[in-house]
Amino acid sequence: MGLAPAAALPRRVAIVAGVRTPFARAGTVLKDLSAVELGKLAARELVFRSGIEPAAVDLICFGTVVPSVLEPNIAREVALMPLFPKGIQAWTVGRACASSNQAITDAADQIALGHADVAIAGGAESLSAVPILHSRKFADALVAASKAKTFGARLGAFANIRPRDFIPVTPAIAEPTTGETMGESAEKMAKINRIARADQDAFALASHVNAAAGTADGRLTAEIGPVYVPPKYGTIVTSDNGIRTDSSLEKLAALKPVFDRKYGSVTAGNASPLTDGGAAVLLMSEERAKDLGVTPLAYIRSYAYAALDPGEQLLQAPVLAAPVALRRAGLTLRDIDLVEMHEAFAAQVLSNLMGFESKEWAARAGLTTPVGAVDRSRLNVMGGSIAIGHPFGATGARITTTLVNELRRRDGQFGLMTVCAAGGLGFSMVVERAS
Amino acid sequence: MSAAFRLDRDGGVAIVTFDVPGAPVNTFSQAVIAEFDAVFADIEREAVVGTVGGVVIMSGKPDSFIAGADIDEFLTYTTAEMAQAASREGQSRFAMLERAHVPVVVAIHGACMGGGLELALACHYRIVSSHPKTVLALPETQLGLIPGLGGTQRLPRQVGLANALDMILGAKNIRARKALQMGLAKEMVHPAILRDIAIARARELATGTRSRPARNAGLPARLLEGNPLGRALVFGRARKAIAAKARGNYPSLPAAIDAVAAGYRSRDEGFATESQAFGRLAMTPEARQLINLFFATTAQKKDTGVAGGGPPPATIPRIAVLGTGFMGAGIAAVSAQAGVAVRFKDVSPEAVGRGLAAVRGVLHERYQRKQVTRQEFEGQLSLVAGATSYEGFQGVPLVVEAVFEDIAVKHAVLREVEPLLHADAIFATNTSTIPIAEIARAATRPERVIGMHFFSPVHRMPLLEVVVTPATSPQAITTAVAFGRRIGKTPVVVNDSPGFFVNRILAPYLNEAGRLVEEGVPIELIDRAMVDWGFPVGPITLLDEVGLDIAGKSGAIFGKAFGPRLTPSPVMERVLASGRLGRKNRRGFYLYDANGKRGGADASVYALAGRTGPAARVAAADIQERLSLAMINEAMRCLDEGVVRLPRDGDIAAIFGIGFPPFRGGPYRHVDAVGADALAHRLEVLNGRHAGRFEAAAGLARLAAGRRKVYGGEKIEDRR
Repeated sequence: MGLAPAAALPRRVAIVAGVRTPFARAGTVLKDLSAVELGKLAARELVFRSGIEPAAVDLICFGTVVPSVLEPNIAREVALMPLFPKGIQAWTVGRACASSNQAITDAADQIALGHADVAIAGGAESLSAVPILHSRKFADALVAASKAKTFGARLGAFANIRPRDFIPVTPAIAEPTTGETMGESAEKMAKINRIARADQDAFALASHVNAAAGTADGRLTAEIGPVYVPPKYGTIVTSDNGIRTDSSLEKLAALKPVFDRKYGSVTAGNASPLTDGGAAVLLMSEERAKDLGVTPLAYIRSYAYAALDPGEQLLQAPVLAAPVALRRAGLTLRDIDLVEMHEAFAAQVLSNLMGFESKEWAARAGLTTPVGAVDRSRLNVMGGSIAIGHPFGATGARITTTLVNELRRRDGQFGLMTVCAAGGLGFSMVVERAS
Repeated sequence: MSAAFRLDRDGGVAIVTFDVPGAPVNTFSQAVIAEFDAVFADIEREAVVGTVGGVVIMSGKPDSFIAGADIDEFLTYTTAEMAQAASREGQSRFAMLERAHVPVVVAIHGACMGGGLELALACHYRIVSSHPKTVLALPETQLGLIPGLGGTQRLPRQVGLANALDMILGAKNIRARKALQMGLAKEMVHPAILRDIAIARARELATGTRSRPARNAGLPARLLEGNPLGRALVFGRARKAIAAKARGNYPSLPAAIDAVAAGYRSRDEGFATESQAFGRLAMTPEARQLINLFFATTAQKKDTGVAGGGPPPATIPRIAVLGTGFMGAGIAAVSAQAGVAVRFKDVSPEAVGRGLAAVRGVLHERYQRKQVTRQEFEGQLSLVAGATSYEGFQGVPLVVEAVFEDIAVKHAVLREVEPLLHADAIFATNTSTIPIAEIARAATRPERVIGMHFFSPVHRMPLLEVVVTPATSPQAITTAVAFGRRIGKTPVVVNDSPGFFVNRILAPYLNEAGRLVEEGVPIELIDRAMVDWGFPVGPITLLDEVGLDIAGKSGAIFGKAFGPRLTPSPVMERVLASGRLGRKNRRGFYLYDANGKRGGADASVYALAGRTGPAARVAAADIQERLSLAMINEAMRCLDEGVVRLPRDGDIAAIFGIGFPPFRGGPYRHVDAVGADALAHRLEVLNGRHAGRFEAAAGLARLAAGRRKVYGGEKIEDRR
């Protein structure tokens, strides 16, 4: 048994089930489904597989990063499926790539506080359908025209519009405060931490190899609810389409760096791809799970968020969050049987791992001893976001599901997960297998 | 003060609230109309002295305005003169309302049917609530009658001739928005403000700040119908349409047209024709049978499926459908329409995908017809979740199996799925040919195994046979019946026996059609004769539509189970062996072009009967007698054997499952109408000609000997 948690939640929160859609590279098989539709598919499959009575669900919390302007509260749209009664609380959260972790901890907090007993938490993202905006000047003209009372005034609203104002604005994945894109940040981290290109490629290859093995032996596909793509349902997606079985170090080495063509090391091969998908987990208070006769997969032992200056090392905050989560769990890395780290970039994971071993970073987290070296054989054993894909809002729920399922399969006790996020944010959670 | 009407006042406006005490809905009886008259006389007196300036009529029932006339009262009329007098009496009271000194506004929320709409038409200003339950209709022709309170006269003046004929002849339900569009209502408002707006309009009409609306037919209608020539065209079209559809079997339809037409000659003639026709029709056997059927279905709706009510049904928030073929998809679709979540499983993802596409097709059709909104359509679609594994079955209280019709396959899925389910979950099989007890043999809990025999296409066919074995638990029965009703079906409980009820009585009927082909009777002649008798399609057309392979398969089962009586004509076998499957492969008794459009009979079929072409000339009446008696006699055997529990159930099953002519009331009602002794005699004659096929059922012979009726001599059985 582990130590008593240092900062236990008032009530234990059980993770009962988790399921997701297949993750598909943006612009491919799931491109015609919106994030809301992907979220609905994940939640519906979760309800069927878990057998939970929809009326027993108290709240639904979903995360998304690029919300649709037309359906901004994705969680409420999910909750308004006729499958559910109308009285379920539902809200949508954003914490960049940790958004569905935020959804899970929001829901867990509500359960821990006694405000809820059963919750569905997850996230969804369609990176095939990102909103593309009119230029500000053209948008202003449209608004002015809609308010105009006469035809002449309506025409007049467009008088100052120039051809360049028709160029649409595509949102880039760039930090608003630094202007740096995510890839540029990863590139910078690779340089600061001296992460060799070969190490990044080797890590990416491992991600594909592990994910391919998990797909082949059914451990990964067991978490997937196949998607029958409407309206013809002729396209049936049963597994992730970004996992490569034919990847090799040579092939990866042949790819050109994307963000710094001259001195860079981050390529399309050692970064996570733009992806469509949805994922959801079912959470319950320990008591309710007992009442319903449900055997939980795991309990949430602790979690922590952290943040640092985005201009520094944008994706390094997991290094600050993990020691806090471990401390709150009353555990050290030695107690951890499995580690799941979100792979935005191989350079980021390797930088995070270096940080775990660094006294300097430990000091920044307020600790005297570092977290320690992660045993690579316990890390991302079924691959990670590089191979499986990374629908921003859904990744956290995917990792949670994989971690608790695999912990059970391996008969382990404790699992640690970390997720880095834009804005210099980091997340970490410790789960404990239910006995 | 009256019992059925409450009189309130708001300033100078009298508000008459119709609320028949102790009844779930308002209906008109002669007593109620007399009460209304008294209330109105009071109002008129006050109008003269000026204390009342306007009137509002509304209903005190939740979500229901007036359900129509009290149908029980029809049955008290013993002569046409009585019914006609009742109609004339009602007409004159509504005429007084129409001529009232003060403006009368009617506020319609909920169902406004028959006499209710006729009352509304006599008012000066109609407002409907924008509620899905607000529906206006004149459904009298469905009961073999016509509107008898001025509906045939006032409706055309409000909505135009073509619309009015459409509503009356088709018994069409008109929703609030449509009512507004076609001029049946002047305004449509939210139910919350219906009363206030009605009072305000009554006041405005009283003070003259608003004038009474004129008739409201659209311009094209006025151009066409405003002159006798145009009207003649519309009438001609309507007469032709009903002649083709009703084949003279529904006298109320031409009578309705006559009454409407008379109104264009003169007001008095119109009303007189209406009441006269109403009186005459009320005495017709067709109306009596249709009214019987109305009562039977009303009573049947309250039947739990178990004598004495039985245990309360389980709630079914979700089901699993095994098998995503045509039947499975139909079952999934109608369940989703009723808000039931469906786990939709088959072996291969491709089969599931095809099934989901079929489900979408059914649901989308209703969206395209604007019966549901896009949001409702998408919501319904979201309830059906495809799967190729049994994951998600553990919490499902009802599994409907619609897999391949093979006992080994049925046993395999039952053995697979039963251990996953709760102990009280129900396994329902949609088999049409395999005895339920035989399927249940593979179950560890045979008491939870039941038959739910849907008819194809599921989303159109109203009947559901709930098939029970001696082992089936009462709660499984009440649950299957309640669920069937919830998904919009008419469930009839039948006992497990080969072919259950509907296919069983269909078998000798179709066989007899096969014998006629064998004898060289022209295929079209057979079909036409039975359509003339009142069936929606002829027997040979039915064979082609159902599929000759399916018919052949069930024919063999009946032959095995019941011997020569139900052994199909050898011609049927030869037709099937010739590669004909019916419409599905565009080769059957009829010819089909490349697009599946049907042509005439395929003359080469006669060769399979050893003939060069159609030969025999059999009178239509003989065809009708042989086919109908084959079916009716088999239905009598089913009653003897207890396949159906009540004659009522058998009549409903035959009408809703096969399209047995509703105006004949069903096979058992037909026996009573014609007389068991007469039928037994005809059977004897036929059996002399076709030995073995027409031996009278024991029960029929008993009735004939005792000169008794199937329905126990009561006027209406099982009414409540």
